[in-house]
Amino acid sequence: MDLLSNLALGFSVASSLENLLFCLIGVLLGTLIGVLPGIGATATIAMLLPITFQLEPVSSLIMLAGIYYGAQYGGSTTAILINMPGESSSAVTAIDGYQMARQGRAGTALATAALGSFFAGSVATFLVAIFAPPLTAIALKFGAAEYFSLMVMGLVMSVALAHGSVLKALAMVVLGLLLGMVGTDVYTGAPRFTMGMTQFADGLNFVAVAVGVFGIAEILRNLEDEHDRQVMTRNITRLFPTREEFRQMIGPVLRGTGVGSVLGILPGGGAILASFASYTVEKKLSKHPEEFGKGALAGVAGPESANNAGAQTSFIPLLTLGIPANPVMALMIGAMIIQGIVPGPNVVSEQPALFWGIIASMWIGNLMLVVLNLPLIGLWVKLLTVPYYVLFPIIMAMCSIGVYSVNSNPYDLFAVAFFGLLGYVMSKLRCEPAPLLLGFVLGPLLEENLRRAMILSRGDPTTFVTRPISAGLLVLSLAVLVLVFLPQIRKRRDEVFTESDA
Amino acid sequence: MTASKLIGALFAATILTAPAFAQGYPERQITMVVPFSAGGPTDTVARLVAERMSDDLGQQIVIQNVGGAGGTLGAAQVAKAEADGYTVLLHHIGMATSATLYRNLPYDTLNAFDYVGLVTEVPMVVTARADFEPADFLAFIDYVKANADSLTLANAGIGAASHLCGMLLMQALEAPLVTVPYKGTGPAMTDLLGGQVDIMCDQTTNTTQQIKAGTIKAYAVTTPERLDLFPDLPTAAESGLEAMQFGIWHGIYTPKGTAPEINQRLSESLQKALADDGVAKAMADLGTAPSSAADATPEALKAKLESEIARWKPVIEAAGVYAD
Repeated sequence: MDLLSNLALGFSVASSLENLLFCLIGVLLGTLIGVLPGIGATATIAMLLPITFQLEPVSSLIMLAGIYYGAQYGGSTTAILINMPGESSSAVTAIDGYQMARQGRAGTALATAALGSFFAGSVATFLVAIFAPPLTAIALKFGAAEYFSLMVMGLVMSVALAHGSVLKALAMVVLGLLLGMVGTDVYTGAPRFTMGMTQFADGLNFVAVAVGVFGIAEILRNLEDEHDRQVMTRNITRLFPTREEFRQMIGPVLRGTGVGSVLGILPGGGAILASFASYTVEKKLSKHPEEFGKGALAGVAGPESANNAGAQTSFIPLLTLGIPANPVMALMIGAMIIQGIVPGPNVVSEQPALFWGIIASMWIGNLMLVVLNLPLIGLWVKLLTVPYYVLFPIIMAMCSIGVYSVNSNPYDLFAVAFFGLLGYVMSKLRCEPAPLLLGFVLGPLLEENLRRAMILSRGDPTTFVTRPISAGLLVLSLAVLVLVFLPQIRKRRDEVFTESDA
Repeated sequence: MTASKLIGALFAATILTAPAFAQGYPERQITMVVPFSAGGPTDTVARLVAERMSDDLGQQIVIQNVGGAGGTLGAAQVAKAEADGYTVLLHHIGMATSATLYRNLPYDTLNAFDYVGLVTEVPMVVTARADFEPADFLAFIDYVKANADSLTLANAGIGAASHLCGMLLMQALEAPLVTVPYKGTGPAMTDLLGGQVDIMCDQTTNTTQQIKAGTIKAYAVTTPERLDLFPDLPTAAESGLEAMQFGIWHGIYTPKGTAPEINQRLSESLQKALADDGVAKAMADLGTAPSSAADATPEALKAKLESEIARWKPVIEAAGVYAD
């Protein structure tokens, strides 16, 4: 069978001593930079690019891929421990993961994230191997109208992220959408809300906003009183999940893997929805939705699996179309070109050793990550005992370096400071940052695709309902909306009835 | 540095009368600002030549990606930098077009820079979705003219190579197509592959692999002569579209006031890098070729920039599209 011989080829390439070493270097570096707040895979790969010129093409790509998915693992560590997500995907992990850490369950949360990621990564790797070409054909059916409807679904789901007032969550989504407007209008070139500063012509930097509203705000809040933190470390009873917790994990991990794999394939930014979508699904299916936002295990297990599955399957458009799904992938294409391999639809047939070698290395890399990360959990949890006056300056310095390294733009640092303050004010008003971040990420995509779909249909809005995939997604969004609001409406009616009874 | 080179350098230093600050250049690492994100086509070109130039200069050239605002942020940073030869800029045709596309640039394009030389000129290819009806470029011209209002033209955003080429194509054909801008080449190419849009004109760096795989259809190239890469593709000029001759040229600049000796030294180093077989091979894979030694000079780049600003000003003004 073709697949087996291909996989055999892949594993023979990936398991050479040299490639194993580079895979290990990649995942180690990835974990490290993921754990350092603010420093992302993009900056690291950009810095390492010149080194890879000296390596074999396969080795260098195996290493770069390792950095990418290693960073996904590491990123959840900071989200859980210090409420500092480095990427949109780990913003969701921060919601319940950080609450678990505050209850002294940091170890459990980290172990859950690692195991869920490993499972999802392994499954998604095989999906890539088996279905890459047919899945690509489906992904190409997604035009502007379909992406618009997908983003609508994402926004509807974002309301479910909130565990407090729905109204406040909506307000945060809208604020996020508005912040997403900052920058140059793609269609006319007009600068919007940049206050005349060309430094904001490409919009606000995501890392700056995320680090600000989550991390910096959390530091400010902690400075008010140090009481919380002692609770965090004093209550640690065990590092690994119990048998009961393992049982609770299975469903969310399986569903998260499915959701993430499907969304990761879409080159137009489906992967960023993966963890948000999984969180919504878990909250809806849970028998105890009230636990979400207060340290629900499923709120960590599902999104973490989804995000890792999405990270793996987002290699599909890169490998089969030669089109990068995100900035990290764009860098990898740059690395390939300098190595003399121009990525395109023929890479699979012309460079089978490269293609299958990378896929096999992803599985090996995931195994390495889980082996590496489980023993490290104890160490990470100990980090929580580092006193504030040492930890906070280090975090602030790291964040600043990380944010600045993305574009060498000092205005991004001003943005961190501004959003740190905004996040603090928001926490005082009991508004949550996750819906804001989702609005911020989805806003530009929503607008861009809405307007593109309208241009392509010559201004005919029925394009969203006459295209079957788009119509299906809109119906699904409507269903989610009903599911979200129905319990509230019912509750209100009950309240009305109780009052009239009295 | 070998002993003989060292002795040679010392000897040269004692007899030459060049200003003191240019002597012994370069003494430390040089920063090459690329005004686009890492991994993109311009970044790739920069890294290719920077690596070979570093070998020749004996000092490392470090790439700094300062992306944003169509490359003008990076250019502005170099315009303000110290004119000591340790900060250089590698920019493409956008250097000339942004002079018109942006009406309030923080620098005066023609008076803020000195010149090192041209690096490469990447050809453009007129392409369409794989199932586009016309069989060849002549049929394409007729078909597009006849169906102008129902066809769509993708580009990678205002000021992008595909946007410039699209403007030229529409002017040459007198066919106002429905323009669909994207944020970058990736999503635009995805939609062309999926048949969501009809036509796109883009650099060989982005299109070659897709054309070879048959996932998009190529119609013509914009070079004066046919490309070795696609000997069957006609040039737009031989098909009667004289105005459609252009490429995405890349040049290296220094801040205004840099010592001529330094620019000359960098230019020599650039010429050596461009003569390197590895660089030529890597560029050939991308569908382009290194600039000739005569073009990799300060004079050639200065002339190119001046003529290109003059050429694109009326095109952009006629289209009435500005980036600010």
